[in-house]
Amino acid sequence: MSTIPVRLQTGLWRKMRSAGAFVFRDFHLTRRYASWVVVFLFYSIVNSATIVLIGVAAGDSMQTLNLILGVLMWSFLAVLFGEIANSISYERWEGTIEYTFMAPVSRLTHLAGVSLFSGAYALIRVIIVLFALVAFVSLDLTGANVLGILVVLLVGSLSFMGLGLMAAVLPLMSPEHGAQGTNIVQALLLLISGVYYPIDILPAWLQPFSVISPATYALNASRKLLGIGIEGSEPGQLAGQSIASVLPELGILLLFGMVFIPLGLFIFSKAEYWAKQTGKLKRSG
Amino acid sequence: MGMAQLRPVHEEVSYDTNLAALDVAHLYKTFVKKKGKQRLFGAETKKVVAVEDVSFKVNRREIYGVLGPNGSGKSTLIRMLSTLLIPNSGEAKIFGLDLQKDEADIRKLLNRVSVDAAFYKKLSPRENLLYSARLYGLNPGEADVKSLNILKRLGLREKAYYEPLEEMSRGMQQKVAIARAFLTAPVLLLLDEPTTGLDPKSRRDVQEFILELRDDHDATILLTTHDMPEAERLCERIAFISQGKIVAEGTSEELKSLVDGAVTLEDAFIELTGEALHEDE
Repeated sequence: MSTIPVRLQTGLWRKMRSAGAFVFRDFHLTRRYASWVVVFLFYSIVNSATIVLIGVAAGDSMQTLNLILGVLMWSFLAVLFGEIANSISYERWEGTIEYTFMAPVSRLTHLAGVSLFSGAYALIRVIIVLFALVAFVSLDLTGANVLGILVVLLVGSLSFMGLGLMAAVLPLMSPEHGAQGTNIVQALLLLISGVYYPIDILPAWLQPFSVISPATYALNASRKLLGIGIEGSEPGQLAGQSIASVLPELGILLLFGMVFIPLGLFIFSKAEYWAKQTGKLKRSG
Repeated sequence: MGMAQLRPVHEEVSYDTNLAALDVAHLYKTFVKKKGKQRLFGAETKKVVAVEDVSFKVNRREIYGVLGPNGSGKSTLIRMLSTLLIPNSGEAKIFGLDLQKDEADIRKLLNRVSVDAAFYKKLSPRENLLYSARLYGLNPGEADVKSLNILKRLGLREKAYYEPLEEMSRGMQQKVAIARAFLTAPVLLLLDEPTTGLDPKSRRDVQEFILELRDDHDATILLTTHDMPEAERLCERIAFISQGKIVAEGTSEELKSLVDGAVTLEDAFIELTGEALHEDE
């Protein structure tokens, strides 16, 4: 028997159903744009393979593994960030944003719904890319802490949701320039996070920026869990570390999430107020 | 664990039905618009008054018309009442709830049809309507049945319910927009030129449905239009709006009686506002 008061239970159930509305919408939109989804996925697979083959060509199996981790991690985080940020762009183009903002749905529920679908979509894409990469390079992940990497992915997702929400402010203010802005933010995150290379090869003036990217910590933690950079670790005998060894990174990622999500909601609510004052929600923008 | 049955969202809000359904007092809205060419560091701007000192009251279960040409401030007024625009000053209350202070509750009470039917055009009417129903916390199964019934009532073929909206005419899309607003059983329905673009038969279907909604579902309706016969047929009272200001208000007969020799509502409108209804901005 439930001890949750009926009113709260009803409120939660309604919020879940409202969040489910965004999952329902995004699922059907993805289905309708299936051919584009296939094209983007194909490009992502080929792009990932070309990056990973650089490691193969160098004859360095640990470098290959490092590149595989980079493409998969970035594939997940970039899709999650992009889907959240661009969901507002898409609504601006279609003119539906007024109806979404008029509905009795809080921005937190809105974000939760969009993130739920984006997270599932990004995860499925990553799994497909992973299987496709197996066709290019032989992967023996024995010894890797795969479950730990999934935990890092999950915790890292929170901060990327917050970042996505902050970036979604840009298309709220200007549909075209905003969409351009979200792509630039995404590119800069890729540059400073050391996805495919160590941070210390970046120009000295750029290196401090890597500290503010959650992807930096997600990648560092995942490398440890995979056994990259650990002496004696090699494919087939990876010295993947335990989850306890990446607790500092997990703590930082959690902290990023705890700061970025409320900060994203706050910034978004300010931008929404501004858009309602200036009439920017209108289809013509 | 059995989940509590969800009630329609508007039933979650406490409001006083003895008060005016809509009470608008001294509402102002201005916009800053660019003037001339864009320069490197910004552009010259000018202030445009869209709605100026608008006040009126709408009673429960009344259909109140706001009549004016394009650019007269009708849509801005509707957007403000829909919580999509923040007024510069003035206030609006819906059954005593303040538009700005009680925004979250007010959103549960109203819905809107705009002149341009905005949808996810790749999705079907069914998918669009079920998305909207879920947003409002409605049961998807019940909403599916209700959506189809409303659309059939408005003359849509059942097959079209499952096809992408982008393949439909503007008139058909407008019917889906109307179904979307009706689906949530709003207490206050804001209709911004809902029949624009519809053929005469469809227009009549929609008009009859609006009357039915008022009579059978206890809804109060604010309707903007520049269609005189539509206003006379549907609205108990009408306000003439011109350049953001309400210049006259009353029943159709009262408005005609304000002007000597006015035979039609259009005669009264032209005389009282000094402009024709179909002038463009």
